[in-house]
Amino acid sequence: MSIRERLSGNEAAATAMKQINPDVVAAFPITPSTEIPQYFSTFVDNGLVDTEFVAVESEHSAMSACIGAEAAGARAMTATSANGLSLMWEMIYIASSLRLPIVLSLVNRAVSGPLNIHNDHSDAMGVRDAGWIMLFSENNQEAYDNTLMAHRIAENENVLLPIMICQDGFITSHSIENIELEEDSEVKKFVGEYHPKHYLLNDKEPIAVGPLDVQSYLFEHKAQQAEAMKAAKDVILQVSKEFEEWTGRHYGLFEEYKLDDAEIAIVCMNSTAGTTKAVIDDLRNQGVKAGLLKLRVYRPFPGEEVANALSHLKAVAVLDKADSLNAAGGALFEDVTSSMYVAKKQVPIVNYIYGIGGRDTTSKEITTVYNDLQEIVNTGKIDNPYRYLGLRREEK
Amino acid sequence: MEDLIEIRWHGRGGQGAKTASLLLADAAFNTGKYIQGFPEYGPERMGAPITAYNRISSKPITIHSNIYEPDYVVVVDDTLLESVPVTAGLKSSGAIVINTTKSADYLKKVLKGYDGGIYTIDARKVSMETLGKYFPNTPMLAAIVKVSKIMSDEEFINDMKGSFKHKFAKKPEVIDGNMKALEMALKEVNKIQ
Repeated sequence: MSIRERLSGNEAAATAMKQINPDVVAAFPITPSTEIPQYFSTFVDNGLVDTEFVAVESEHSAMSACIGAEAAGARAMTATSANGLSLMWEMIYIASSLRLPIVLSLVNRAVSGPLNIHNDHSDAMGVRDAGWIMLFSENNQEAYDNTLMAHRIAENENVLLPIMICQDGFITSHSIENIELEEDSEVKKFVGEYHPKHYLLNDKEPIAVGPLDVQSYLFEHKAQQAEAMKAAKDVILQVSKEFEEWTGRHYGLFEEYKLDDAEIAIVCMNSTAGTTKAVIDDLRNQGVKAGLLKLRVYRPFPGEEVANALSHLKAVAVLDKADSLNAAGGALFEDVTSSMYVAKKQVPIVNYIYGIGGRDTTSKEITTVYNDLQEIVNTGKIDNPYRYLGLRREEK
Repeated sequence: MEDLIEIRWHGRGGQGAKTASLLLADAAFNTGKYIQGFPEYGPERMGAPITAYNRISSKPITIHSNIYEPDYVVVVDDTLLESVPVTAGLKSSGAIVINTTKSADYLKKVLKGYDGGIYTIDARKVSMETLGKYFPNTPMLAAIVKVSKIMSDEEFINDMKGSFKHKFAKKPEVIDGNMKALEMALKEVNKIQ
């Protein structure tokens, strides 16, 4: 039986961590994720978990401690945002290449500079090719649910990759909303115990972790990481299926909202997807066939599935909450368009960079995107595929 | 109740507008509603203008943006009236609730012809008489419940007992004063004609 509660996104993530009761949590505070280790440290002090909480002196050390703990055979978790993730960067690659299923709660925030503590996805996009599984969460409920599924996905022996659960800083991390929680005992049963096959503290099987990997091996090891990432897709679907059987809450690689019969659609991630749903409901009442594809699994990128789901549309807008500053579109746009090209699905697609540095994204702005898509359908023309949404411009 | 009620709070850092929005969310949650309570985080410091928001609905809420066309506005500090556009986007079918002792003429002037309901309460008086200190957020919470009719006075008072027990678990001596502040505030709200 689910428990009706109201929690912020950070409280939701911390509650999931409490119920998972990992062996080690190592973290360093940074806005807007600070509350997660803060709440967790009170759980430790109050004896609600028997986790070893390591209050490290930097995020580099937080990830290093998680790597040490996982290599030793323990379950390790951490949380961070923006520049905290930047400081972890070296160890982020070490964690994935050592095939350590660490779980990281990433509360998305703009990476400096100039200094900004508010939400965008530039932190996550900076590590998109680091070999981590990346799940995005629309609200507190999804941040909670994705965290409960994280270990089952990451620790699967066909996967063995670290995983990060993303949610929007402040917008969901600091907003109190309704949530359905699961019973502690049920969570424990679902997550299960962690028994790694190979680990440092196993005196029956001495192993080395992280030795020199020269020309004759590194390439093959990278190919194995890539294989694991491909395998993660099926594992995510399997774990999500079991999660649905348990809680009744459905999760796939992405959510299709009124997409089946849609003519125009938006592709986006995290909290903006919720605002988009509200706009779609309004537009549908006016007879506009608008839809949404909300990506949940960003890494591995479900290119084939995304291409198929978008193939029937007359025009698509991909919303990127991070600018790649490359004169060729945002990361999500590139992923979607290259997937469409490879799958030979020809649909007019435009890119919008939006919400940078916490700029609020309103229903009115989302409505203008659908209006733009209508215009593309009507005229068959795209003047400029690389656009901004919500950017203040100088009056001419 | 309407399907979706949107409320915007204006206060100054340290006056508890954010806390009040979270307590309102709590109270509405306890009556079975779907809720959102969130502050707009800026470069916050004591005394700076801050904004907080509530959405309350009988259906799940998916929208995640600030509120630009609120049904209700709560002004916790009347020194904001001349510096912050408190009635911006405020629906004329709604109302504004202000903590003030200023005259009706003054309020009508600074509210720039807002033609919805204008309500006032002397939250300082309520707070000083019941808590002995100036905490305007508790009276303002009661005032917005009274004006918006999100729930009945009785439901609200019963809910808040539980919320305060939770919120003030470490200082139970303030619970009685806060409950008295709520009860008194429910009676002290005036409508300007």
